[in-house]
Amino acid sequence: MEPVETCIPIVTDVDVVTARQKGREIAAAHGFSATDQTLIATAISEVARNIVSYAGRGEIALSPIDEHGRQGILVVARDSGPGISDIALAMRDGFSTANSLGAGLPGAKRLMDEFEIMSTVGVGTTVTMRKWAR
Amino acid sequence: MPVPILKQGEVLIASIQAALSDRDLAALRDELADRVGRFRIRGVVVDVTALDVLDSFASRTIRSIAYITKLRGADTVVVGIQPDVAFAMVQLGLTLDGVVTALDLEEGLEALRLIRRDALGTG
Repeated sequence: MEPVETCIPIVTDVDVVTARQKGREIAAAHGFSATDQTLIATAISEVARNIVSYAGRGEIALSPIDEHGRQGILVVARDSGPGISDIALAMRDGFSTANSLGAGLPGAKRLMDEFEIMSTVGVGTTVTMRKWAR
Repeated sequence: MPVPILKQGEVLIASIQAALSDRDLAALRDELADRVGRFRIRGVVVDVTALDVLDSFASRTIRSIAYITKLRGADTVVVGIQPDVAFAMVQLGLTLDGVVTALDLEEGLEALRLIRRDALGTG
C-alpha cells in the first residue's frame, strides 16, 4: 500500500494547531515514542507558524515513510511567500525578522533528524524534514 | 477556546484545558493582565498540564504573562510542564528565564505562598 500524504492548508494560527496534531497522530501510528511525537509536533508547529508569520499562506504535507523497513515521517512545509534572501542568517539561532524569537527554523532542525530548506526570493520557501522512529 | 480563569482569594488560576491557538494564548495574556488589576490579585497560576506542545510562541507568551503580571503587582507560577514538552523545549533552545515553575497546581500554590511570605518579611 502506498503511504498516503496528508495535506493541511496553513492560513491562520488555528491551522498551526491542526497541523501539529495531525503530525502527532501520524507519528503515533508509525512507531514513534511519545517523546518523539512531541518533538515532531513541536517542529511542525514552528515551520507552520513560519508560514503564517512570513508567507501568509501555504501548506504542510505529512507522509509516513518506509526505507528498508525503517519507519519515519516526512514533513514538507511549502509556501509561495516572499522567500528568504539569506538562509544562513535565517538558520542562525536568535535571528528573527518577525516575532518568533528566532527559535523557529534552527529549533525545528534540532528536533528532527533531517532538515533541508530551499527558498527563492519572490517564489517561496520549502522546508523538508524527516524523522526516523527508533 | 477561551481558558477558564478561577479566582481563589488573591490568586487567579488559569487552567488550560486543550491545545491553544496563538490567538487564544494572547487572549489569556491580556485577560490575566486585566483581571490582576480588577480583582487586586497577588498571585497567578498558569496550569499547562493539558498542553502537549509548548513551541517558541507559546513559551514567549507564557513568559510575557509572568513579566506583565509582575509589573502589575502579582507573581506568576507556571505549573504542569510535561516531561516530553520540557525535553522538546530544551531541544528548541527555549527557556522560561525568570519565570517561577512548579510541578503541579498544589506545588504552585505553595510557591506563591512562600513568595508572598518572603515579600512581606514575615514567616
